[in-house]
Amino acid sequence: MRWKPTLAVLVVLGVACIASSLAAQEQVFRINNMVEPESLDPGVVTGVPEHRIISNLFEGLTTTDLKDLSPRPGMAASWAVSKDGLVYTFKLREARWTDGKPVTTHDFVYAWERVLNPKMGAKYAQQLFYVKNGEDYNKGRITDFSQVGVKALDDRTLQVTLRCPTAYFLDLTSFYTLYPVPRWAIEAHGKDWVKPGKIVSNGPFRLVSWTPQRELVLEKNPRHWDATRVKLQRVVFFPTDDVNTTFKQFLAGETDWVPQVPTSQIDAARNRPESYVAPYLGTYYFRFNVTKPPTNDVRTRKALSMAVDRESLTKFVTKAGEIPTGTFVPAGMRGYEGVRGIGFDVAAAKKLLAEAGYPDGKGFPKLELLYNTNELHRVITQAVQQMWKDHLGIQVDLVNVEWKVYLSRQSSLDYQVSRAGWIGDYVDPNTFLDMWITGGGNNQTGWSNKRYDDLIARAACKIVNAKDRMRALQEAEQILVVEEAPIMPLFTYVNKGMLSRRVKGWSPNILDQHPLKYISLER
Amino acid sequence: MLGYILRRLAGFLPVLFVIVSLSFFMMRLAPGGPFDQERALPEQVRANIEARYHLDEPLWRQYLRYLGEVAQGDLGPSFRYPDRSVNELLGLGFPVSLTLGLCALAVALALGGTAGILAGLRRNSFLDYLTMSFALGGVSVPNFVLGPILMLVFALGLHWLPVAGWGTWRHIVLPSVTLGTFYAAYVARLTRAGMLEVIGQDFIRTARAKGLREAAVVLRHALPGAILPVITYLGPASAAILTGSVVVETIFSIPGIGRYFVGSALNRDYTMVLGTVVFYSVFLLFFNLIVDILYAYLDPRVQVR
Repeated sequence: MRWKPTLAVLVVLGVACIASSLAAQEQVFRINNMVEPESLDPGVVTGVPEHRIISNLFEGLTTTDLKDLSPRPGMAASWAVSKDGLVYTFKLREARWTDGKPVTTHDFVYAWERVLNPKMGAKYAQQLFYVKNGEDYNKGRITDFSQVGVKALDDRTLQVTLRCPTAYFLDLTSFYTLYPVPRWAIEAHGKDWVKPGKIVSNGPFRLVSWTPQRELVLEKNPRHWDATRVKLQRVVFFPTDDVNTTFKQFLAGETDWVPQVPTSQIDAARNRPESYVAPYLGTYYFRFNVTKPPTNDVRTRKALSMAVDRESLTKFVTKAGEIPTGTFVPAGMRGYEGVRGIGFDVAAAKKLLAEAGYPDGKGFPKLELLYNTNELHRVITQAVQQMWKDHLGIQVDLVNVEWKVYLSRQSSLDYQVSRAGWIGDYVDPNTFLDMWITGGGNNQTGWSNKRYDDLIARAACKIVNAKDRMRALQEAEQILVVEEAPIMPLFTYVNKGMLSRRVKGWSPNILDQHPLKYISLER
Repeated sequence: MLGYILRRLAGFLPVLFVIVSLSFFMMRLAPGGPFDQERALPEQVRANIEARYHLDEPLWRQYLRYLGEVAQGDLGPSFRYPDRSVNELLGLGFPVSLTLGLCALAVALALGGTAGILAGLRRNSFLDYLTMSFALGGVSVPNFVLGPILMLVFALGLHWLPVAGWGTWRHIVLPSVTLGTFYAAYVARLTRAGMLEVIGQDFIRTARAKGLREAAVVLRHALPGAILPVITYLGPASAAILTGSVVVETIFSIPGIGRYFVGSALNRDYTMVLGTVVFYSVFLLFFNLIVDILYAYLDPRVQVR
């Protein structure tokens, strides 16, 4: 009778399999957030998926405008800026945390101290280096936080003193690193304070549940000062990371918004009415290692850059409507005119390459193009490889490595040419330009230019007049992308996603930020 | 029997020690670290983070610290998800992987066992060829092909089941079939082979001679002998299937622990990598033990001492 246990096992397995709960259906906004959020602690996170959640859970001094992302009142009802652009005085509105306690200036001071405290090890501490002595406190050079430029004059008046006049400081105050956090909850629960049931927040939504890798649910926060504007009752974030699956889920009506579309499905997606494409505050580019031949010669770098037909690349390879560009700062920054980057010019490229000592590519040394494992990077590097071969007669080897190896090879300058991407933090050219200063952590090309460093430093601190500042940045970009070309910009990224036609109050913008408090669903 | 189990359990410790030590040092040999990212961290910020996780200490001290913590059952904090510990993440994900694994095993045994018995009994018949062709297909078609095909047909085409996610029984069907098919194919082939070996033996002829119904002969007399190879196979297979599948969990967006196996290694989330290694090793060791005990129960020729 020994087969009976086997059958019993089968039955048990079958029953265990079917025993599951049923989830209730209701009217909710369902977002595919593409990845599990690393944390919900505003002082800890650094990513875009986290921003989609946290910017609705919490609220900073300012918020962003639905359309052009310019600063709007948030926790601060109003503010005043001193003439020299260094001192900001914020007047807080009457607002409450989800547990009923009032939001005060002390919550901001506590939050900023926490981010800057070296013991916290906050990855985005540099977002507060604009504040006077913020960097020194983070580096342990000073230990007295009262020397840092943030003071609670009273419960509702916050005074912030900056290191330099920072034109985009009010953009930064809408960013999660600068949000207030509830000291009492953090002290009571430690790192568990962001979990459901423990979290105390001050944004238009509050956390209902959070099951890692499965779903995260927010609901309207009735205590929020602007609650009458909020239409959505519930918002569900799914962390599905397989782009093919997320696309299918959207098609099956399981989600209302998916902010990415698989490269292989671009054509299919763009034929549908739910598809949207909008420019993004990011640039896709190649880095040249300027410390090693042959890319240590500016003529070689320019020749390589001129031999790439960016129009064809975006039209036939990336295909989602990316904007071909020869400049590093994306177009459309408030007040920034921009420069004319290097364009497609085979004759000039050949001439430069000949001047560098390689007529028709003869004698050109072995060149490796580094990229990390990704379908899009693969096809782009292949296309560029082919263009260089066709137009310059040089042979390039593609080197594909996994993400962390790629990062480590790039930062140790163990490459010749490498693909890269950069997404801006705030809407100002500086977020694209200050990274290229000598020894900058994100420079990673070995490139250094005294005049460039000076221009960036002057724009950062010395020039108060906005127009002059933009002119200095423009001059710097001219050096970067035209004269010296340590990098080769290819195109401006686009947001490409799918949005249910039921969704209203959603406006495409260059940061792909869509505050949920403005969104509603049509039945 | 108890003495045997205790002795085997004691043997686990040195094995685990070697596995943990090897993984610890191999992980550190990989280029890059947990806090490397596209946007390079300022030196000081990086130093602050590394100090927080003791990554600034000499390697041998980190190793001893880790061993000490693991001995107490603490797998450490997750670098990737700073709000959570590795224990917590594995604790949340494991029941999910287990549920999916049980369902997949049910599919594997039900489909594979039935197909194997039928094929074994009707050797060289059309039925035999048909089921074995399917089995060959099941082994050959990778789950990252089968999964999306099932999604297209049953979710997008027929709208019977959801594309992906987790929460209701409807979410479990497609992933269990995807995951179970491969194992079903193996089980079918092993059962068939076992059946062929047993069915020709004297005690089966005796059973038939006694006038027993064919069903009784097959199920009561032949099957226990025929499934021994399946049991051997099921030990390690169960360990693998119950601790989650990277591919199936990723494709169907299932919150199990399978995806941590690859994700943590790619992220250089050191503690998570080691956590999954320890977890999987313990599981594998236990399942081998269970198989050995089951063997003694099913096959009178084997004695556990």
